[in-house]
Amino acid sequence: MADDKSNAAAYWKANLRLITGCLIVWALASYGCAILLRPLLAGISIGGTDLGFWFAQQGSILIFIGLIFFYAWKMNRLDKQFGLGE
Amino acid sequence: MSQFAINVLFVGGSFAIYIGIAIWAKAGSTKDFYVAGGGVHPITNGMAIGADWMSAASFISMAGIIASAGYGASTFLMGWTGGYVLLALLLAPYLRKFGKFTVPEFIGDRFYSKSARMVAVVCLIIASLTYVIGQMAGAGVAFSRFLEVDATTGLIIAAIVVFFYSVLGGMKGITYTQVAQYIVLIIAYTIPAVFISLQLTDNPIPPLGLFSDHSASGEPLLAKLNEVVTALGFNEYTAMVDNKLNMVLFTLSLMIGTAGLPHVIMRFFTVPKVADARWSAGWALVFIGLLYLTAPAVASMARLNLVTTIYPDMAAQVENYEDAAANPIAYADRPDWIRTWEETGLITFDDKNNDGNIQLYNGAADFSDRGWQGNELEVSNDILVLANPEIANLPGWVVGLIAAGGLAAALSTAAGLLLAISSAISHDLIKGAINPRITERGELRAARISMSVAIVVATYLGVNPPGFAAQVVALAFGIAAASLFPALMMGIFSKRINNKGAIAGMLSGLIFTLVYIFVYKGWFFIPDTNNLPDTEANWVMGISPLSIGSVGAILNFAVAYMVSSVTEEPPQEIQDLVESVRYPKGAGVAIDH
Repeated sequence: MADDKSNAAAYWKANLRLITGCLIVWALASYGCAILLRPLLAGISIGGTDLGFWFAQQGSILIFIGLIFFYAWKMNRLDKQFGLGE
Repeated sequence: MSQFAINVLFVGGSFAIYIGIAIWAKAGSTKDFYVAGGGVHPITNGMAIGADWMSAASFISMAGIIASAGYGASTFLMGWTGGYVLLALLLAPYLRKFGKFTVPEFIGDRFYSKSARMVAVVCLIIASLTYVIGQMAGAGVAFSRFLEVDATTGLIIAAIVVFFYSVLGGMKGITYTQVAQYIVLIIAYTIPAVFISLQLTDNPIPPLGLFSDHSASGEPLLAKLNEVVTALGFNEYTAMVDNKLNMVLFTLSLMIGTAGLPHVIMRFFTVPKVADARWSAGWALVFIGLLYLTAPAVASMARLNLVTTIYPDMAAQVENYEDAAANPIAYADRPDWIRTWEETGLITFDDKNNDGNIQLYNGAADFSDRGWQGNELEVSNDILVLANPEIANLPGWVVGLIAAGGLAAALSTAAGLLLAISSAISHDLIKGAINPRITERGELRAARISMSVAIVVATYLGVNPPGFAAQVVALAFGIAAASLFPALMMGIFSKRINNKGAIAGMLSGLIFTLVYIFVYKGWFFIPDTNNLPDTEANWVMGISPLSIGSVGAILNFAVAYMVSSVTEEPPQEIQDLVESVRYPKGAGVAIDH
């Protein structure tokens, strides 16, 4: 029982760490590169405009899609590793 | 065949498919009705979420808003997709593991409080009902433009079709019609976009065309667009937004609002396993992304097309923009699509300087040296996508497809919202509070009756839209963001938040957000009852009423945390419940305990 408990706690901790990492990328892509950091990226041009504009209208969406699949894949591995899957 | 006949064929054909699916997928139990039996494949569910999510606003209005606001409208693109990351990481898998039918049911069980459940029911009904009005109105516009019936008749036809498949099939019927509707709407959206992208950039993939060279001038498309619009006194299309705080908070409100909307969350209850809930969020965003990556391309290309239609001298390489901008077409020579849309009142022309030409420019700029006395052509944002095939001279069947696609987007979202409303009434209000001993058959009948009533109310409000129709989206997202999302997230990630904290948090987030919106938009949206003019100078710290939902959410978290920490811990069985939703092991199909 104690083992079960510490196993479950370790699983939850690993999940929280993964969520935090993914949300940092999520925020950096949208609030960071697309809005607040856009002036810093103005020097990098892409298709007639700057990188920040690309992040705002295309890049962030692609990153969001990648993030969800990455999280799902990682979590399925965690489920198996900790024996907590269905 | 006439254009009218083609439109009838496409719209009628798609409706026949939806009705066929409804008959095939009739719901036999409450489990069928609420969660489609619980055995939907994640890819199928992803597609259904896509149609559920992409409303008349996404299909009809969004590209038009981006076309006129350029970079500033990126908030919609990021906000309405980024919310899925929050759903996939923070809510969907755990709510699926919890394994009940509705969102208020989770809030009621987790916070061991009927009052909390009722607060959630009220938030759900306000958010969903205001949202559904916009869908019905959108369906009315599509009907009146393409099928030459008046908007009211169109709305009633749409309501009958929705009634048929959602009342009969519940979530099961809705799921499979939404899959069909997704296919119709995505084809309708992308085909004209591919043609326009080919015409302007020689690139058949619109999101790539957006960052390619404009064939006629040899310049990058966006650089060309910037030059063309600044020559007419508009801001650069890609210009930075000054009020960054507001842009961040608006994007955040749309994201957490998206993650907190019950009609989307419910769709995750239909898959067999917790892992499937995670995968279906990913697939949903792939299917949504197809439209959301196409929309900014459609926006910039349609804007360029519109301007160069009026100023043909600007279409190719331009030596001197000053000269090119001085030479618009004559009103008598306007293309047919402008004539057609003038009939609907969505394009209006007013020859202010009586020279017979169309001067389209930023009315706030001063071009009196060119003899211009004001902008003469008003083009509604809503027509851009619908008029796209005509602007690009595409064949009649593409126009028919757009009509069917716009209706698919409006009806699929309406059905999802109506299901969320009816399940909150039959499951949370009737079975949860008024008559807990109701039989399965009784509850199914109650669900169907409340669905029918919701359709009648939505249709009535669609025909007689209250004055606040345009503001409803802000309201729906504000409520979902400030009340439901924080309660759901804290219910999963904190064992310490108790019933008192959750209720205090939800109410303070909700009331704060509503008051801030009402102060600027009028109390209960009654015109002229606002306390302050709705302009940036009057907003607190430059935060617009549209962006306030995220501040309300932060308040909700803070109040819930403070109240919980000075009151007692939740009982042990609630802490065990929180434990159990965190681990996928032991999840059955969504069931009614």
